[in-house]
Amino acid sequence: MKIWMEMMSYPFIQRAVLAGTMVALCAALLGVSLVLKRYSMIGDGLSHVSFGALSVALAAGWAPLMVSIPIVILAAFFLLRLTEKGKTPSDAAIAIVSASSLAFGVTVTSLTTGMTTDINSYMFGSILAMRRQDVRLSVALCAVVLLLFLFCYHKMFAVTFDESFARATGVKTQWYNTLIAVLTAVTIVLGMRMMGAMLISSLIIFPAVTAMRLFKSFKAVVLSSAATAVLCFVAGIMISYQYGTPAGASVVLMNLALFLAATLVRVLRERL
Amino acid sequence: MRNEQVLLECTNVDFGYENQDAVTGVTIQIEKGDYLCIVGENGSGKSTLVKGLLGLLKPTGGKIWMSGELKNHGIGYLPQQTAAQRDFPATVYEVVLSGCLSHLGRRPFYGRAEKEMAAVSMRRLGIEHLRKQCYRELSGGQQQRVLIARALCAARGLLILDEPITGLDPAASQELYALIRELNQKEHMAVIMVSHDIRSIITEAGKILHLKKEPLFYGTTDQYKNSAVGKQFLGGAEL
Repeated sequence: MKIWMEMMSYPFIQRAVLAGTMVALCAALLGVSLVLKRYSMIGDGLSHVSFGALSVALAAGWAPLMVSIPIVILAAFFLLRLTEKGKTPSDAAIAIVSASSLAFGVTVTSLTTGMTTDINSYMFGSILAMRRQDVRLSVALCAVVLLLFLFCYHKMFAVTFDESFARATGVKTQWYNTLIAVLTAVTIVLGMRMMGAMLISSLIIFPAVTAMRLFKSFKAVVLSSAATAVLCFVAGIMISYQYGTPAGASVVLMNLALFLAATLVRVLRERL
Repeated sequence: MRNEQVLLECTNVDFGYENQDAVTGVTIQIEKGDYLCIVGENGSGKSTLVKGLLGLLKPTGGKIWMSGELKNHGIGYLPQQTAAQRDFPATVYEVVLSGCLSHLGRRPFYGRAEKEMAAVSMRRLGIEHLRKQCYRELSGGQQQRVLIARALCAARGLLILDEPITGLDPAASQELYALIRELNQKEHMAVIMVSHDIRSIITEAGKILHLKKEPLFYGTTDQYKNSAVGKQFLGGAEL
């Protein structure tokens, strides 16, 4: 508690905690749907695209969010469409898109500004990265995601569980898929600078997978995934503050610890 | 004037994707209590036709007529199961209740009527005791029962089943056929089923539609057994 008070006296940490919690919450909620639909790797792909876009924006001196949000949204559409059509195996397609964007970003950077600390912080995240604008955008994003899960919960369930059935009963599945893609893209762009391009996808995947180890109903999985994400994020930031470890990595390690604990509980439950 | 028993009528209908017709010239009529089975090899347009009947594809030619009760998503549908579904964390009740989605309209939450409907549907299929069980922990046969219960929540007289016995062992398949037979005979639920299991179909279905991009045969099961197409497809199974 004392650490918490001390930590929160810094405005930059306040911003990071506020924005980060919102982003973690969104990532976890969207993650349940993405993981269950076997789209886990899309998060990873998008984070690399986001890295590429940010590098270009940085080199050209443009506003980073204005450039990367539209590009990542486009990439999200592209990846989802690719996965649906299923001509190229989607994991291969995502790997191609990821690696190319990363390579593009690194090349542009080394030709212009050179490999600076900025690039390092894009790769692995920095707690200093959250500006006031990011906080505002995170709050807005979180509001949209929460409203979606509150008021369209049953439709989200249907679209996640069985798209063909949902479509046959009149749900506009295309619209929901598009919305999920856009929200995921924004979540990744916002979270990436704090968590790092290499680590942000864990916010989408870990809480959902941990929740699925323990719970049997969709509602419980959604709720516990959100709770896990917030808990791990706050704990990770506190560890990072206390021991000077990188923020993104600390959050991921907390997630890993909880995942392992959940796995242990499950194994014990099955044995007994 | 159309017979009141008619639920669905296709007249010379074509369906296709991107200017390419996947199935053409389908003329069928489904009445209350009918049991039609659609057979044919892979890629013969069976799934395309099903999508068309469900209104997921617009016909590129011909006419489809539906009775008032089937309009507005009144067809109960059992899609083919996907691998992702088999280990989905949801309770049986959650899955069955999602069948009531078309009654929801603009309301965000289910009301008493929908919950009652899900309960009735689970009772009809004898899965009430599984209500709180997790879908992924059920056997293949139980999972199909759950999905049929979900389809019944939406069904107003017609069920469409797409390859319902895929992945089931013979005992579970027989059980499923018995269940469909009961719904069809006792409750006069019309059934359209896509299947590969031609041997069982012959004893279950009343009518057969054999597709190969276009109908090769459409008529009663008895006529099918004696037709040239039927004899060839059955490949001596009847001998």
